[in-house]
Amino acid sequence: MKSGFYEAKGKHRGILSWILSTDHKRIGLLYLFTMLTFTTVGISLGSLLRLELIAPGETIMAAGTYNAVFTLHGVIMIFLFVIPGLPAVFGNFCMPLQIGAREVAFPRINLFSWWLFVAGGIIAVMSLFTGGGPIDTGWTFYAPYSIKTGTNVTLAVFGVFLIGFSSILTGLNFITTIHRLRAPGMNWFRLPLFSWSIYSTAWIQVLATPIIGITLLLIMVERYFGIGVFDPDKGGDPILFQHLFWIYSHPAVYVMVLPAMGVVSDIIPVFARRTIFGYKMIAFSSLAIALLGSLVWGHHMYTSGMSDTAKVIFSLLTFLVAIPSAIKVFNWISTLYKGSITVGTPLLYVLSFIFLFAIGGLTGLVNSALATDIHIHDTQFVVAHFHYTMFGGTAFGFVGALHFWFPKMFGKIYSEKIAKTAWAFIFVGFNTTFFPLFMLGMNGMPRRYYDYLPQFQTGNMIATIGSWILVSGVVLMVVNLYRATQKGEEAGSNPWGGASLEWHVPSPPPHDNFDEIPVVETKPYEFKY
Amino acid sequence: MNNTSTIESHKDYIGAKMGMWLFLFTELLLFGGLFLIYAVYRYSYHGGFQAGSGELSTIAGTVNTVILITSSLTMAVSISAIQRGNRKLCLAMLLATILFAAAFMVNKYFEWGAKIHHGIYPGSPELLSNDHGTVLFYGLYYVMTGLHGLHVLVGMVLLSIMFFLVYRGRIDSTDFVKLENSGLYWHFVDLIWIFLFPLFYLIT
Repeated sequence: MKSGFYEAKGKHRGILSWILSTDHKRIGLLYLFTMLTFTTVGISLGSLLRLELIAPGETIMAAGTYNAVFTLHGVIMIFLFVIPGLPAVFGNFCMPLQIGAREVAFPRINLFSWWLFVAGGIIAVMSLFTGGGPIDTGWTFYAPYSIKTGTNVTLAVFGVFLIGFSSILTGLNFITTIHRLRAPGMNWFRLPLFSWSIYSTAWIQVLATPIIGITLLLIMVERYFGIGVFDPDKGGDPILFQHLFWIYSHPAVYVMVLPAMGVVSDIIPVFARRTIFGYKMIAFSSLAIALLGSLVWGHHMYTSGMSDTAKVIFSLLTFLVAIPSAIKVFNWISTLYKGSITVGTPLLYVLSFIFLFAIGGLTGLVNSALATDIHIHDTQFVVAHFHYTMFGGTAFGFVGALHFWFPKMFGKIYSEKIAKTAWAFIFVGFNTTFFPLFMLGMNGMPRRYYDYLPQFQTGNMIATIGSWILVSGVVLMVVNLYRATQKGEEAGSNPWGGASLEWHVPSPPPHDNFDEIPVVETKPYEFKY
Repeated sequence: MNNTSTIESHKDYIGAKMGMWLFLFTELLLFGGLFLIYAVYRYSYHGGFQAGSGELSTIAGTVNTVILITSSLTMAVSISAIQRGNRKLCLAMLLATILFAAAFMVNKYFEWGAKIHHGIYPGSPELLSNDHGTVLFYGLYYVMTGLHGLHVLVGMVLLSIMFFLVYRGRIDSTDFVKLENSGLYWHFVDLIWIFLFPLFYLIT
């Protein structure tokens, strides 16, 4: 596979030619491999959690360890995989190709943001082994516990702060790139929808992340100096912490899911051989989600103390988010209608995305309604809902994107048969793992406990067995892709018959992407055959 | 294909400015979180905040405000100078800006020092013997002016680098966007202070 940008002769040799490269394609791959490393840790921790829950009482770990493990699972998966996953990997690799640019607007800042990401990740993982030991606050770092606990919160929070800074820099880089570096003729309505979603995402990254930055800084300052802003002993208000935390962290779930929706919008037309239905509605619904999603953070706090007026407003706004999301789903379905569909692996992941995200989205309405939320608050139902949107949504989108753009990234094609088998394992395993949690939650099993009442055992056992199926699927998928990089057949520049610009350059793309910057005259989904 | 430096040599004036403005948005939101906290606590602890701000030296605050506003002027002049190709004036004005920034920090040092000398700092027994409002007022005072002070320090480093670049001729009348962006940053730091000053020193 040593062709294209892989063999570009830069200033540096060997590993340095990667970790000091300002090539957006290399940076995209750097992110991919760093993320895979962190995700392996995250998935392992997740499976350990499930194993602990296979039977009531202490199975493999004690209560304190369980608290630390679920916190780390959350921190790693959220901050090191689902938030940066699609924008940092595929936004970097594909977006400049899709808009017909040779580079992002600020290549050196792009590299710097990867370094920040790695530094943040390493610091977050280091917090496990140093200071007061692994953090046990949950990934939400709720005050006042996070300012009182003896565990290593300061270091972990600092790691997350750096990752946030990296996310901001990526966001501002992408906004500027999409504004300034589109090829001639590439007007806003000829942008592939993945790039549109990256654009909306970038705005959320830029506008929401600073709030978590300052909140985390305050946690650190609070722990060192005791200024009191979140400490009820000194008159501070812990609820204020929750507000500030969710002002970022709710929009962040749209940072996670919008690019996945962009992936869906890009993959479906290619495999249905039809132009996308409702291009403008999909593009604008991304912006609408970005806007509305920034105003709904209070729905995480229905039970923590807010005026009823505020609750009703937050609930109403939350319901409104369902509208642009549903617009997308209807458009995707309409695109498939009467298409000549080829069921490739990427399409399987995308169809699963729609199915699972629909379940995740509709159960989201149960959370957003004030009365029902009181019943399911802090139960396994929330865990199930969250995993259906983030795993069933974002992660399936990510893996779909990986299978879709893999031939472009590595110039090789993977075994379709094994890929489909892996998909089947992942899909079945995922549902077996997380669907029982809806029932358990409805019946009152709380989340974040290492133990439970005997009546919840059947559901938990099914879920744990599901997690084994899921993990074997993931392993199979990774092995298949790894094998493809070594022994796969040449993919050619356009294995799926895509029409957007990235399919017009060789696979893997040359260092400068385009010999000559193309002039764009058509929309991104006009297929020749 | 070999690694030609077509990308590195690519200059996009508007793009560079756009990136800087986006960065300033994020900075604004960073401080925005603190202003939000300030607003909430000022509302719930009116008395304590009044008592706290009565203790701060309006004179020290005013002097610092004048210093920073003047430094914004010298910053703007230095950019105009380089646009007109007057490197000498540009360097002089940059130096003046850096010196003003240093003066601001020195003043801040004495101000904080006096307060700490009187036992007023976060977590001190002296401060904690006051009511909640005063504790929070000083907590926010140290965090907000501290974060601002940190930005002034970063600004000083940034402007020193700009000084060096102008001195070496890497910034000139044809390519001055780096200096302009540093100027934007400096005005931003100034602007934050313009809000901090009345919130902490004047509203008594």
